[in-house]
Amino acid sequence: MKSYKRIPQYLVAGLLLISGVAFAQTPDQATAPDALIKMVVTDVMASVKSDADIQKGNIPKIVDLVEKKIVPYTDMRRTTEMAMGPNWKKATPEQQNQLVLEFKNLLIRTYSGALSQLRDQTVQFKALRAAPDDKEVVVKTVVLGRGDPVPLDYRLEKTDKGWKVYDMNIMGVWLVEAYRNQFSNQISQNGIDGLVKFLQDRNKQLASAKPANS
Amino acid sequence: MNLWALDLWRKLRCLVLLSFTVVLVGCASIPAGVERSPQDPWEPFNRSVFEFNEGLDAYVLKPVVAGYRFVLPEFVRDGVYNFFSNYSDIYTALYNLLQGKPGDAFNDFMRVVVNTTMGLGGLLDLATPGGLEKHKEDWGQTLGVWGVPAGPYVVLPFFGPSNVRDTFGTVADLESDYLFRLLPDVALRNSLTGLRVINARNTYYEAGDLLDGAAIDKYSFVRDAYIQRRQYQINQGRDDEEESTIPVYQNPYE
Repeated sequence: MKSYKRIPQYLVAGLLLISGVAFAQTPDQATAPDALIKMVVTDVMASVKSDADIQKGNIPKIVDLVEKKIVPYTDMRRTTEMAMGPNWKKATPEQQNQLVLEFKNLLIRTYSGALSQLRDQTVQFKALRAAPDDKEVVVKTVVLGRGDPVPLDYRLEKTDKGWKVYDMNIMGVWLVEAYRNQFSNQISQNGIDGLVKFLQDRNKQLASAKPANS
Repeated sequence: MNLWALDLWRKLRCLVLLSFTVVLVGCASIPAGVERSPQDPWEPFNRSVFEFNEGLDAYVLKPVVAGYRFVLPEFVRDGVYNFFSNYSDIYTALYNLLQGKPGDAFNDFMRVVVNTTMGLGGLLDLATPGGLEKHKEDWGQTLGVWGVPAGPYVVLPFFGPSNVRDTFGTVADLESDYLFRLLPDVALRNSLTGLRVINARNTYYEAGDLLDGAAIDKYSFVRDAYIQRRQYQINQGRDDEEESTIPVYQNPYE
């Protein structure tokens, strides 16, 4: 059994693992990508560590935190589009909107589960290697804590609303890549509506499940 | 050397035979409409073994680990984790040397020295907070760094996702596991092996549930993640690492 199975754990840990220098700074459109990641991660880690409810696994509260503090700096539409590949163009605008919504909810839920396991981890930010006029960059971090260090990279794109995260790499695995075949398989079996329905059902099921830490 | 090769061959044959037995027992086939991955030509076989492993995990391994977590307090489980982690650092140091990364090898060697002495025989990990980063290397990665191609994806019974190269790697890992193999006390050796397996499963106890929740088709999720991750591990530390690890997506914004 190799360490791939620990990916979700790391996803959780990695996403949120900056230790608590809680300086209240809000990123704006001009914020550089590496500074943006540092601010968001630091803020989220501090919030998670200081909240007793979250530590006890109060998933709705974590979901709320993720919605407020992380989602504004992501471009989930782009994430979904990339994961859909050529199938994206075959979907109607309505289906596209549903897919973005459901996939976003699935990722938020997974991420929240990971965050609830955050304890004494810290995040190390690597120096950004990018030219000033780059439209796309990868910001690299490493989450340190119990067990092996977890490399966690964020892929960002420059938009008119500032830098937005649209893909992440957890221990060497790009999120979009990992969903690509799963999406196309589900679509070739049950069509785009089948994929939408699958995601809806899964999200409902996860929403009614008991918290992991209780 | 010849004897060693013969032994290796024997073990490999055992593994292959075991796989076929598992396939005969299981009967998973590819769900209709699933596109075949070029890296996974043996998908029907692999899916059978995957189902077998999933069943084994759900009915045997996971319940045992749940008991382990119930009985032992966290600091004891951490000690067990650190002990095996420290032991594998010895091998990581050797593999890094074989891969031509003397800097990493020295780092790993120092980890073992620090944790074995000040860390009470490896029960504490003082090296990581002390700034000595942990690496994880194995034979499969070493062969990959030497240029051996991965070959098709394979799911091994008990061991999980692999490929042809890493199957040889896993056998070599077991084969070169001298400290355990050469323990004279059979009962102690078996207990340690059991504890090692439980410890390994325990490290992703909560993460496993998250994976189940996040996966649309767990088989292809795990496969695609494994293939990416191994490539990433092999490229790590290479000069062209940056370019080779960022995928180019098919449909960028117009």
